[in-house]
Amino acid sequence: MTRSRSIGLVLLLLLAAVPLAGPGNYLLHLMVMALLWSYVYTSWSIMGRLGLVSFGHGAFLGIGAYGVVMLWNHWALSPWLGMPIAVLLSLAVAWVIGLPCFRFKIVGHYFALVTLALSEVARLIIVGLRDHTGGSLGLTPKSDLAAGATMSLKAMQFADKAVWFYIAMAAWLLALLVWRAVDRSMSRLALEAISEEEDAAASIGIDVTRTKLRVTLLSAAMTCIGGVLIAQYQLYINPETVSGISVSLQMVFGAIAGGLFVMLGPTFGAVFLLVLSESLRVLIGNKVLGVDITIYGLLLVLFIIYMPKGILGTVQARLVGPGR
Amino acid sequence: MDQIFDIFFLEAVLNGLLLGGLLALLSLGLNLIFGVIDVVWICYAELIMVGMYTIWWLHTQQGVPLPLAFGGGIALLAVLGAALHQFVIRPVLAAEPINQLLVTGGVLFLLQALATVAFGVEFRNLGVRIPGVVVGEMSLSGARLVAFGMAMVAIATTYLFLNRTYMGTAIRAISQDRAVMPLMGVDASRVYLLTSAIGGALAGLAACLLVLQYDVHPAIGLSFGPLTFLICVLGGLGNLIGGFVAAFVFAQFISVGGFFLQLEWGYVIAFVFFIATMFWKPEGLLSKRAGR
Repeated sequence: MTRSRSIGLVLLLLLAAVPLAGPGNYLLHLMVMALLWSYVYTSWSIMGRLGLVSFGHGAFLGIGAYGVVMLWNHWALSPWLGMPIAVLLSLAVAWVIGLPCFRFKIVGHYFALVTLALSEVARLIIVGLRDHTGGSLGLTPKSDLAAGATMSLKAMQFADKAVWFYIAMAAWLLALLVWRAVDRSMSRLALEAISEEEDAAASIGIDVTRTKLRVTLLSAAMTCIGGVLIAQYQLYINPETVSGISVSLQMVFGAIAGGLFVMLGPTFGAVFLLVLSESLRVLIGNKVLGVDITIYGLLLVLFIIYMPKGILGTVQARLVGPGR
Repeated sequence: MDQIFDIFFLEAVLNGLLLGGLLALLSLGLNLIFGVIDVVWICYAELIMVGMYTIWWLHTQQGVPLPLAFGGGIALLAVLGAALHQFVIRPVLAAEPINQLLVTGGVLFLLQALATVAFGVEFRNLGVRIPGVVVGEMSLSGARLVAFGMAMVAIATTYLFLNRTYMGTAIRAISQDRAVMPLMGVDASRVYLLTSAIGGALAGLAACLLVLQYDVHPAIGLSFGPLTFLICVLGGLGNLIGGFVAAFVFAQFISVGGFFLQLEWGYVIAFVFFIATMFWKPEGLLSKRAGR
């Protein structure tokens, strides 16, 4: 136990030292993206692994991204203040959708499809408010970088990718800590009972609705912050990349490909998908569009059929042995 | 002024009615599959996209006459539907339901990407125009009228097939009791395969009607796919009549909502109505059970 912990610490320190080694902008960019999406997938999985498969997390990502950028562009409100506002809005939306869903026991397919509607509503509202959001063309936060400056703390704009590396890494570590905290708390045992046998869980005194709602609110708030970070890092957002069905499905599949039930599973999924798409892009180039997604889709189908626990989950099960 | 407004409004209602027929056909195949096999094909709209490309390719690139191209599209999708069941759904039939949803999500990406590889991202047009119909001061799209009529015929045929034929009875029996029917000597896997082929053929028919009205591109499925699922859920997944009613309700929201505001807002209103209805009647519009 202590040995694996010290190995983990060494690996973390090595990861933290990467920007110091001067890996170049391209590699650093890939690592920032991997960390940001790892954070988002992990946030999704906090509820997803408990049987609450949400196809609506694009809505929370969109609220975060559009929330801060619009508050900044229209009212010059710093993203540091915009972020809590966006999180509050996400919590409100998650509550409005979650409470009736859990109270009326909308589960499985129905839950997935109701939340799918949510992510489409978010996308359509962003497109519909095109006078304020820029519609499908997307939105760019107004630059607050003075000539020659590389960062503006107030506007959460940093030209140096290394800064973003540490921000993304901090967010990712935080998500893992949240994962473990949920794991260790009573609510996880409760939720596992719930996801397997809802009525039985209720009969031993677990407040099913409230426990599910808590996890949902937590996951929604974290995903919303992910939207903020992605918007501020890329300095460009559009409705397709931060809301709607595509990005919501991407979260679900990334997490599942990696393995939902292992703490580092979603992270592994994010890194795997990124490495896959980048290497395919380099190998095949942009000459033939769609080849990378073809392979990605094929792999997803194969994974779900042959490795329902995801890559990391399957590896872990093999290592631990057939006893478990 | 008032009168013009009324005629435009009536036109929106009529267009909504025509759209409703098309949406009813779109949801029919998906609903049938859910009702019988208890699986949601998230990639249903992408199957339709494949059908649209097939018809476009046969007609404009190979010079196949349109009716034959339509037949080709329908036949291909029937085969694809059966293949989807055999190679993708069957292996996960015993797994958790959500895995079945997700595996077809993988197929969604796969079909979209394959279409991009084969045809690129350009919008393709069939180049066939059906003249519109002018009634008084209103003009109605000819393609939509044809689509509406065909959709009604297809729905009626499916209904008769399920209720009047031996195979249809077997399909309905399976959907009512999955566990007992195999004991009665019904070969469930054959029924599933046949249902999947019918579902695919219905997607093919939808493709014929859509390709007359819209340009085809690889992402077109995403524009009407979510709508199709929501209609099925609104009607009560697997409830064919519920889905039929829900399609017309949805279409009116989109058409009339889009008439007063912009098109996106028509969709937003419809989707919000959907979410609200789920809380009021979680098992669909026609269910007797109100929310618990």
